[in-house]
Amino acid sequence: MQDRDLRLDGNAAGGLLNEIFPFEMTSAEATCAGCGTKKPIGELMLYNHGMGSTLRCAGCDTAVLRITHIRGYYRLDVSGMSYLRIAE
Amino acid sequence: MALQLKWQIGTAVEIRQETPSVKSLIIDLPDWTTHLAGQHVDVRLTAEDGYQAQRSYSIASAPEDKYLMLTVERIGDGEVSPYLTDVLEVGYQVELRGPIGGYFVWNAADVQDNGPPLLLVAGGSGIAPLMAMVRHRANSNRRVPTKLLYSSRSYDDIIYREELDRLVASDSSLRVLHSLTRQQPENWIGYGRRIDREMLAESAWPPDEKPLAYICGPTALVETVANHLLELGYEPERIKTERFGPTGG
Repeated sequence: MQDRDLRLDGNAAGGLLNEIFPFEMTSAEATCAGCGTKKPIGELMLYNHGMGSTLRCAGCDTAVLRITHIRGYYRLDVSGMSYLRIAE
Repeated sequence: MALQLKWQIGTAVEIRQETPSVKSLIIDLPDWTTHLAGQHVDVRLTAEDGYQAQRSYSIASAPEDKYLMLTVERIGDGEVSPYLTDVLEVGYQVELRGPIGGYFVWNAADVQDNGPPLLLVAGGSGIAPLMAMVRHRANSNRRVPTKLLYSSRSYDDIIYREELDRLVASDSSLRVLHSLTRQQPENWIGYGRRIDREMLAESAWPPDEKPLAYICGPTALVETVANHLLELGYEPERIKTERFGPTGG
């Protein structure tokens, strides 16, 4: 099985993101720090692993957002995201 | 929209065998707030030792329906789908949260009868969220011209086949085009191959009609169809995709 077979849409991260943010997040727009592409989170590529979830840019594969939830802490690596716009 | 989802307990009130490998679970949720067609839920199973497994399933019922329908394909080595398709019985409880998602959704209130046409492309159990849209459209009496291009392995693998036939018979603005990729019955007049560029050029709405497209299915199908539609001239922001991997179970 190839890695691309494990790819989901960012849509599938909507429940996890809602544990952290009080908003509907799949339609929030993230700008990739790697290539500047601006997309709804629902259109990012989601890879779920035992360690957590990685959302990657569909254009350049930069890890836009990485999330783990371990021992009572959510940890977000947002270094791959230059901007995030959330509808209230 | 501000929201905070809570896990809630539903009860299976009916289970339908849709195809040899697919079942629909019809779930009563006392605290459900209505959803939009295309949204999904997270389903969580908890073992006696506390181990939890969680998967996302699209909602197949229309927002107007009394109960929530989830259509589940059994994935052999999955952690969640074998329980849902083999073990779960009427009267059993299901833990889930939702509705989730604001991107892959379609709301009849946003469209006009003579507005841009709708193209729905499904592969296998990827029909589920698109069926919610078809059912919602039928309930709302919006006659926005709609084509569903639906790829299944064989005739017996077509989910919701009879309901789709009934809907098409009563609505001239809805067309359903089937493709059977592995096995076709004798005298089959539909397509008999994977969805390709030629099929889309022939059967999808022309791009100058500014169609709105929703594609759901296995990752390879979704990416192939989305790329072909872009090449044919569809606007990128009017193509919405939902992929699921084979490990989605």
